[in-house]
Amino acid sequence: MISYLARRLVQAVPVFLGVTFVVFLLMYLTPGDPVELYMGQAGIVSQEEMARIRHEFGLDRPFLEQYGRFLWGIARGDLGRSIVHRRPVAELISERIPATIELSLFAALIALLVAVPAGVVAAVRRYSLLDNVGTLLSLVGVSMPGFWLGLILIIFFSVTMRVLPVAGRMAYGTGLEPQTGFLLLDALLQGNGRAALDVLRHLAMPALAMSAGMMAMTMRITRSSLSETIGQDYVRTARAKGVPEGRVVVRHALRNALLPVVTAVALNLGALLGGNMVVETVFAWPGLGQRVVDAVKTRDFPLVQGCVLVYALTYVVLNLAADLSYAFLNPRISHGKEG
Amino acid sequence: MGSRAWRAFRRNRLALGGGILVLVLSLSSLLSPWIAPHDPLRGRLPDRLRSPSIVSASGKPYLLGTDNLGRDILSRILHGGRVSISLGLLVVGVSIVVGVVLGLVSAYAGGWVDTTVQRLVDVLLAFPYLVLAIALMGLFGPGFLNLVVALAFKEWVTACRIVRSEALALKNAAFVEASRAAGAGLFRILFRHLLPNVIPGAVVVATLRVGWVILMEASLSFLGLGIQPPQPSWGVIIADGRDYLFRAWWISTFPGIAILLFVLGVNLLGEGLRDALDPRLASERLSE
Repeated sequence: MISYLARRLVQAVPVFLGVTFVVFLLMYLTPGDPVELYMGQAGIVSQEEMARIRHEFGLDRPFLEQYGRFLWGIARGDLGRSIVHRRPVAELISERIPATIELSLFAALIALLVAVPAGVVAAVRRYSLLDNVGTLLSLVGVSMPGFWLGLILIIFFSVTMRVLPVAGRMAYGTGLEPQTGFLLLDALLQGNGRAALDVLRHLAMPALAMSAGMMAMTMRITRSSLSETIGQDYVRTARAKGVPEGRVVVRHALRNALLPVVTAVALNLGALLGGNMVVETVFAWPGLGQRVVDAVKTRDFPLVQGCVLVYALTYVVLNLAADLSYAFLNPRISHGKEG
Repeated sequence: MGSRAWRAFRRNRLALGGGILVLVLSLSSLLSPWIAPHDPLRGRLPDRLRSPSIVSASGKPYLLGTDNLGRDILSRILHGGRVSISLGLLVVGVSIVVGVVLGLVSAYAGGWVDTTVQRLVDVLLAFPYLVLAIALMGLFGPGFLNLVVALAFKEWVTACRIVRSEALALKNAAFVEASRAAGAGLFRILFRHLLPNVIPGAVVVATLRVGWVILMEASLSFLGLGIQPPQPSWGVIIADGRDYLFRAWWISTFPGIAILLFVLGVNLLGEGLRDALDPRLASERLSE
């Protein structure tokens, strides 16, 4: 186990270096002089001044040295300064992370709450009408753009029914003092029920829009995994012993069937984080996704670079966590050399 | 497709339905210059924000309504389909060629070639698809070809991995050994012997990935980083309607339905092809 863990960690190192290198190249290859971009109009600053700034930023150094400095910056948590906001990139990113995590976790929760029971019903009643409807719905779920679903939800719940807010994380005047940045958590900690309800109302539509794809995928995995487990000998034994059917499914089969589901969810969480930027834009959700989209539009390359780096590293870590959790949860998988 | 595979495919009614969906939408997009009832780019301002209707006081009706500039939504969706579908096919086509060649070479050559390609694959896999595409579009600037490159940049990885694993299994098969013993060159072994065996897998991957690429194009165009208005693509039309959700729900709704139907059709078709041609692929993760 330890050696497996060590080998997985060692394998992650070249990927990590590769990711930082690609992100660095992205910036290095950007057309135009970063100093000119940073200073706004080049005419105001003299050539000597520009050279001095270029030297200060290390932009007159050889390529590899610049890359080394970039890596060293990452190690110290220094991702440079934003051209548009004139503030450290690391700060601009970290202030947006709680909103994105809150939304992603909530979306994953909705997906699981719907998908696992639906997958169980589909597996138990295979090829029934219910199963076929579920299969078709899950195919529809993966075939539509999440942001479009968001717009449809807005048309239904905000325009027609007028029950849910269209944008943002919270209405004004709920008396909530943000502390952790996770507004739902803050509201609960402060015992502010009104604020918690308001936060939930704002979360509902973007989370639902984001969860559709994950819901569909989780349901299909639960269905196929559980149908496989149900056919196995120990399940038949349990039935033969006279264990009630509901108990057989939930206690005996489902427990083992959930293993691939857990891994898929962990992996999809990474995809969810990366894919949510369009949904964030639709709902004016102040998260990382909206920040990177704005940064690309305003050509704020240091900020784009920082965001892409954070996304990719999160993804690498989540993948690693999924692999390791799978190994821990399932002692049967071989930790031998991968093929 | 062998006759057995074709029979298996024909029995699969969902796959057949998907194929018909894809065929109908592709044909109507292809023929859009002749069958679209109105000009997709020039609208009639007096007719702006008309709701969907089968009758019209002035000439041809607007079956799916009009947008804020009085342009016919149905005509825009038909023309937009041309852009979205051809972009999807182009991106997947380029990616499949790159993926198949790199996958074959990587598997057959082994050693440092294989290691290099696989490290590159690992690194690209670490980037969320859309994040990478958005950053590249920021770097390249807008344009159809830039969009193709930005989407294909990571897309080839899926085909490469699947082709590599299939080719690895075949590399030491008896017929390849025999050919090598008979003095066949590298090129001949790769493209005459290995390639035909990995083609079914590549076809399945290509079909299933077209839907994904079209979803990504829609996302990028919706954000204003893909196809540039006034040229319509399905994502562009959805974006057009975003500011009018409260007054004209139809502008954003219908192009989304077009995407949904096309991608659903492609997915049904792809899964049917997979079951008929290459059931082993079922366990591969084909998303992201």
